[in-house]
Amino acid sequence: MTDVSVLPGSHPTRRDLTSEDARARVRRRYRSEARFRWYGIAALVVTTIFLVTLIADILIKGLPAFTQHSLSIDVPVTAEMADPEGNRSEQSLRSGDYTGLVRNAVKAELGVDGRVATGHISKILSTGAGDALRRAVVADPSLIGQTVKTTALLSDDADLYYKGVGTVIERADGAAAAKPSDVKGEITVTAPGAFAAEVASLRERAATTLKELEAQIALYDGSSDQAVRDRATPLKEQLPPLQAIAANAAAELPLDPHISSFLVAINGGIVKVSKLSGDVATGTALIPLKTADAAAAGTWQRVTYVTPEADRKVDDSKVAFLDRVQTDGNVSRGLNTLFFTSGDSREPEMAGIRGALVGSILTLAVTLALCLPIGVMAAIYLEEFASKNWFTDLIEININNLAAVPSIVFGLLGLAVFLNFFGLPRSAPVVGGLVLALLVLPTIIIASRAALRAVPPSIKEAALGVGASHQQAIFHHVLPLAMPGIMTGTIIGMAHALGETAPLLMIGMVAFIVDIPGGFTDSATALPVQIYLWSDLPEAAFKQKTAAAIIVLLMVLFVMNGLAIWLRKRFERRW
Amino acid sequence: MDMMTAHQTRSLTEAASAANPKVVAREVEVYYGEKRALNKVSVDVPDRGVMAFIGPSGCGKSTFLRCINRMNDTISTCRVTGKITIEDQDIYDPELDVVQLRARVGMVFQKPNPFPKSIFENVAYGPRIHGLAKSKADLEVLVQDSLQKASLWNEVKDRLHESGTGLSGGQQQRLCIARAIAVSPDVILMDEPCSALDPIATARVEELIDELRNNFCIIIVTHSMQQAARVSQRTAFFHLGTLVEEGATQTIFTNPTDQRTQDYITGRFG
Amino acid sequence: MAGIYFVTLAVLTASAFLMARSRAASLAGGRGKEALHSLPIYHGMFVASGVVAVMLLIFIFGAPLVSHLAHSSAVSQLPADVAADRLKSSTAFREIFRIVAGEAAGPQATDAIRNAAEAYRSTYASGNWALLATGFAAALGMLLFGTTRITTSFRARNMFEKFVKVVLVICAAIAILTTIGIVLSVLNETYRFFFDPDIKGKPTVLGFLFGTEWNPQAAMRADQGDIQSSFGFLPLLTGTLLITAIAIAVAGPLGLFSAIYLAEYATPRIRSVAKPILEILAGIPTVVLGFFAALTVAPLIRGSGEWLGLDVASESALAAGLVMGMMIIPFISSLSDDVINAVPQSLRDGAYALGATKSETIRRVVLPAALPGIVSAFMLAISRAIGETMIVVMAAGLAANLTANPLEAVTTITVQIKTILVGDQEFDSAKTLAAFALGLVLFFVTLALNFIALRIVQRYREQYD
Repeated sequence: MTDVSVLPGSHPTRRDLTSEDARARVRRRYRSEARFRWYGIAALVVTTIFLVTLIADILIKGLPAFTQHSLSIDVPVTAEMADPEGNRSEQSLRSGDYTGLVRNAVKAELGVDGRVATGHISKILSTGAGDALRRAVVADPSLIGQTVKTTALLSDDADLYYKGVGTVIERADGAAAAKPSDVKGEITVTAPGAFAAEVASLRERAATTLKELEAQIALYDGSSDQAVRDRATPLKEQLPPLQAIAANAAAELPLDPHISSFLVAINGGIVKVSKLSGDVATGTALIPLKTADAAAAGTWQRVTYVTPEADRKVDDSKVAFLDRVQTDGNVSRGLNTLFFTSGDSREPEMAGIRGALVGSILTLAVTLALCLPIGVMAAIYLEEFASKNWFTDLIEININNLAAVPSIVFGLLGLAVFLNFFGLPRSAPVVGGLVLALLVLPTIIIASRAALRAVPPSIKEAALGVGASHQQAIFHHVLPLAMPGIMTGTIIGMAHALGETAPLLMIGMVAFIVDIPGGFTDSATALPVQIYLWSDLPEAAFKQKTAAAIIVLLMVLFVMNGLAIWLRKRFERRW
Repeated sequence: MDMMTAHQTRSLTEAASAANPKVVAREVEVYYGEKRALNKVSVDVPDRGVMAFIGPSGCGKSTFLRCINRMNDTISTCRVTGKITIEDQDIYDPELDVVQLRARVGMVFQKPNPFPKSIFENVAYGPRIHGLAKSKADLEVLVQDSLQKASLWNEVKDRLHESGTGLSGGQQQRLCIARAIAVSPDVILMDEPCSALDPIATARVEELIDELRNNFCIIIVTHSMQQAARVSQRTAFFHLGTLVEEGATQTIFTNPTDQRTQDYITGRFG
Repeated sequence: MAGIYFVTLAVLTASAFLMARSRAASLAGGRGKEALHSLPIYHGMFVASGVVAVMLLIFIFGAPLVSHLAHSSAVSQLPADVAADRLKSSTAFREIFRIVAGEAAGPQATDAIRNAAEAYRSTYASGNWALLATGFAAALGMLLFGTTRITTSFRARNMFEKFVKVVLVICAAIAILTTIGIVLSVLNETYRFFFDPDIKGKPTVLGFLFGTEWNPQAAMRADQGDIQSSFGFLPLLTGTLLITAIAIAVAGPLGLFSAIYLAEYATPRIRSVAKPILEILAGIPTVVLGFFAALTVAPLIRGSGEWLGLDVASESALAAGLVMGMMIIPFISSLSDDVINAVPQSLRDGAYALGATKSETIRRVVLPAALPGIVSAFMLAISRAIGETMIVVMAAGLAANLTANPLEAVTTITVQIKTILVGDQEFDSAKTLAAFALGLVLFFVTLALNFIALRIVQRYREQYD
C-alpha cells in the first residue's frame, strides 16, 4: 500500500490524487476492502448455517419421537391365557400372555386368521402391547372372563407408518358394479371398465421408474471405478419386470413391488391385486370380505399405495391392517411417556432415557462432590497461599496442560488406575464421576481463581485489620464473595462433563442396561453414551429416539448455561 | 482559628504523656526485595491522643504505619528490621501471634471498605472472631456501644440489618471506625481516612477522631497538612523514607527545625 | 465395610469436636482465669481434624493391605500350577470374586477355587474388622490426647490453620498426581506392550512406528498359532492427520475470518448475536456432532458423490473432517479474537495515519502482529482435533487404510483406542495393550502441541505488556 506507483510521463515527485488513474486505484482499494469485509460476513453466515442446519436436522428427526401411537381395543380376557397356573396368584397373573390376548383381539376385529396374518399382526403390535392390560388384570383379577378396553402399544414400524414414513394412499370410488369371486384367498373382482384409469397410470408409473432406473444404471456403468460399476448389477435385475409392465400392450397387467400397489376395498375386505386389466382385478384377500355379493357402483373403492412396496418397511398387508384400524378410529397419538419413564430396551417403542438420565445425574453428583471442594481449595491455595517457587510453577503447568489433554486419555487413566489398580466396579457412576472430576478440575480451578482474583483486596485488608487471620479473611469474606463466580464456572464445567462421552466408554459405562441404576456402584450408562449406543442401531425408530435424546441433552445443557449466565448477571458486582 | 488555639493549649499539656509512650519504634527499616523503603525510623507514640504522619507521596509514612500492625506481612517480598514495641511487647517477636496483635491495633483504610454484609455484621465480626462477647445480648450491646462511639448509631439504628455498602462514603468510613473500635484496640491506625470523602464527611470524621483521642492512641497518615494541624497533637514528617522531624504539632507547623520540613509545610514541594 | 468405617469416622469426628469445644469453653469459663488464645470452636475443629486425619490415613494404607492379605491367602489355597500361571490365576480369581460377591459359581469352580474363595472371604472379613478396630483405637487415642492437651494458651486456631493449609496443598497437588497417574498408567502398559515376554504377537518399537498395516484382530489369532505382526501405526497416523487437515481447512478460514470480522468490523449488535452463536456451537457435545456427521453429512456427501459419479465411502474422511471443522470453528475464532484484540490500538492508528484502508491495516499490520497468537490458536485447534474421539468414532471408519483420499474411509488413533477397549479386555493380550501405546502417543503429541502453543502465547504477551 505504500508503493504508490508512478506512471511513465507523470512527474515522479508529485502525485496527482485527482487523476483518473489514482481514482481507479482508490476504487480498486475500496473494492478489495469490501471484499475483505464480505469474507468475514460470509464466514459468520456459513458458521450460522452450520449451526442452524444441525439444530433443524436434529429437531426434525427427533420431535416425532416425543409422541407415540397406540391402539385402543376391547380385549376378551380369557382365563387360560391371563392366568396360566389357574390359581389367580400374582406370579401367575404376571406371567400371562397378555400380548397374545391383544393379538387375538386384533385378529378378531380385522376378521383375519392364519399363520401369515398372525405374524403380520405381531409385527404391528409392540412386544409390550399387553403391558397395560397386565397391569390392569394384576391390580384387579376379577377382570378375567370379561372384555376389557385397553390401550395397546404399537410397534416401531407401525408407529413410523402413522407418522408418515409409509406411503400415500389414494382412494377412488368404483365407477361400476363389482363382483368378487370369493370372500378369501385368491379372488377375482370383475367390474367392467372400472380399472382402465389404474391400468394406464400404473403403466405410466412403471415407465417413469424404468427411465430413472436406466439413468442410474448408465451413471454407474460410466464410472471408472469398479466398485461403482458393481452397484449397477442388482439394479439390472429389476429391469425385466418393469419393462414387461411398461411395454405391455396386452389386456392383463402383472404388478410388481417396484411400482405402486393397487388394491380393491370391497364388501368390508381388501384385495391386493397382482394382475389387472381394464375389467378384472385378480389378487389375494388381505382382509377377508364379508360377502361375495356384487357391490354397486360407489359402494366399493379402488385403493393405490403410491410408494412401491419394495421401498418401504411395512408391506401391503400391514398397511391394510393399519389403515383399517385407523379408519375405525381406534388409533390415537399421545405423548410418549415411556420415553421418559423407562430404561433402555431392544424394542425402539419401549426404549426410554430414564436409566441414562439417572446414570448421568449420579455420575455428575460424584463429579460435583469431588471437583467443587477440591477445585476451590486448590484455587484458594494457588491464589492466596502459594509462594512463588518450583512447586507452585509445577502445579500451574500441570493444570494448564491437563486442561488440554484429550478426554479419552482420562478414560485410559480411569481404566488403568481406578478399575485395574484400585479394583473399583466397571460401568459404575462412581468411577465415571471420578474420571469426569479429574477432567473438569482444571476448568473449575481456573474459573475459581479468576473469581477469587476479582474480589478487591480491600475486603481482605479490612478483615486482617480487625484481627482476622489470613484464613479467616479468606473463608469468611473473600470466598463468599467469589462464590457466584465459582458457581458459574462450576456449572459450565458440569455442562462440559454432562456432554462428555469418550472417557465413559473406556470405563465400561457403555453396556446395554435395562434397569434404572439405584446407586453409585450399580451398572449404569449416561445420556451421551445412550445417544452413542442408539445411533449405532439399525432401526429407523432408534434414529428418531437418538435425536430425541439429543434434544433432551441439549435442553439440559441450555438450561445449565442459562443458569450460569443468570448467576453471572444477577451477582455481577462492580467494585 | 479558635480551634487551633484550643489544640495548642491541649498539646502543651499533653506533651508530658510522651514520657510514657504506647508505641516505641527503634531503627525500623523496610525492604521490598532489594529496595529500601524506610530508613532507620525511630519514634515514640504517646499513650493517648493523635499523632499524624505527614510527608510527600512515597515518603514511607504509610509503609511505616503498616509496620505497626504487621500488615506488611501479607506482601511476600517485604522484609522489616529494627524493633517496634507496643506496651513493651515486641510485635515482631516470632512467638507473638500476628492475629492477636491486629486485635490490639485497629486499622482504618484510605477507601472505606465495609464488608458487603449488614451493618451489624460489620461491627460484630471482630468481637465474634476474638470471642469478646459471651452472649448474643453482649454482642448487641457491644455493637451499639461501638456505633455510638463512632457517632453513627443515630443514623443507622433503624437499619442495622441493611448492607453496610449502602451507606454514604462518610458513613461507611465511620462504620469502619466503629468496626475497628469494636475489638477495643490499644492503638488505631488510620491510613488517609478522609482522602476519599467530601469536605462535609471529612469534617464529621475529623470530629470523631477528636472525640476518640481521649480513649485511644491514634496514628493517622494524611497528605493534608491542614488535617494534621486540626486533629493531631503530635506530628512526624517523613521524607524519602526517613523520619525527618517529630514533635508537638504546633511546633512542627510554626517552628520546624529542619529545612525540608519548612519547605514542605510552606508548599515548596509535595 | 467401608460404610461402617466412615460412619465411625463421622461419629468420632463429631464427638471429638463437641468434647474439645466444651472443654475449651469450660477452661475459659470463670473470672480471673486466663483468656483462651483461640476460640473454643477452633479447639474443637483442631481435635476433630486430628481424628479425621488419623482415620483416613489408616484407611488409605490399611484397605489395600487387607486386600493384599486376602489375595495372598487365596493364592495359597490354589494349586501351584494355577498360582504360577498368570492367565490361569486371573481366570481363577474371576471365579473367586464371583463366589465372594455371592453370585452363582460358574462351571470352572473347582474345590480348590471354592476353598480359595472361602480363605479370601475370611481373611478379608477379619482384616476389615482389624482395620476398623485400629482406626477406632487410634482415633479414640487422638481424641483423648487432644482433649486433655487443651490449655488456655494452646494455639488451636494456628494449628488448625496449618492443617487446613496442608489440605489446600494436597488439593492443589492433585493436578500433579493426575498427570503422574496418566503418564504411569500409559507408560506401564506401553512398556508391557513392547517388552513383556509373556505377551504374544507384540511388535517391535520400530515395527510399531513405521509399520503400514494395522489389524489388531489378527494378533488375537496369534495366540492360536498364526503369528503375524499387524501393529503398524502409520495408517492410523495418516488417517488422523487427514481428518485433522480437513477439519483445519474448514475451520481455519471460517474461524479466522469470523474473528477478524468480530474484532474489527462488527457493531456491538452483531457481536451480541454472533458471539452466542459461536458459544452455542462450542457447547454442543461432540456425540451430537458425531450423530450429525454419521447420519446427515456422510449420506449427503455420499449422495452427492454418487451424483457426480464418484465412489464415496459411507464413512468417508471428508464427513468426519467437515463436522470436526464445525466443532473447531468457535475454538479458533475465540482464541484469534482475543489475540487480535490484544494488538495495541497504536499500531492500527499508525497505519490509518498513512492512509491505509481498514482491510489493508488488518492484513499488513494487525495480522502480522497477532500472528504468533494465531499460530498458537491453530496449534491448540490441531491438538483438539487429534484428540477428538466421538465424531470420528461415529463417522469415521474402522479399517486402517493408508490413503490421502478424503473420500475413502480412514481410521484414527482415538477410534482404535475406543474400538480396542470397549468390550472384553484381556490385559495379557497385545491387542489391549496396543490401545495404551496409542494413548501414550496421543498424550505426548497433544502435550507437545499445547506446550509449544502456550510458550508462543507467553512470548507474544510479553511483547505487548
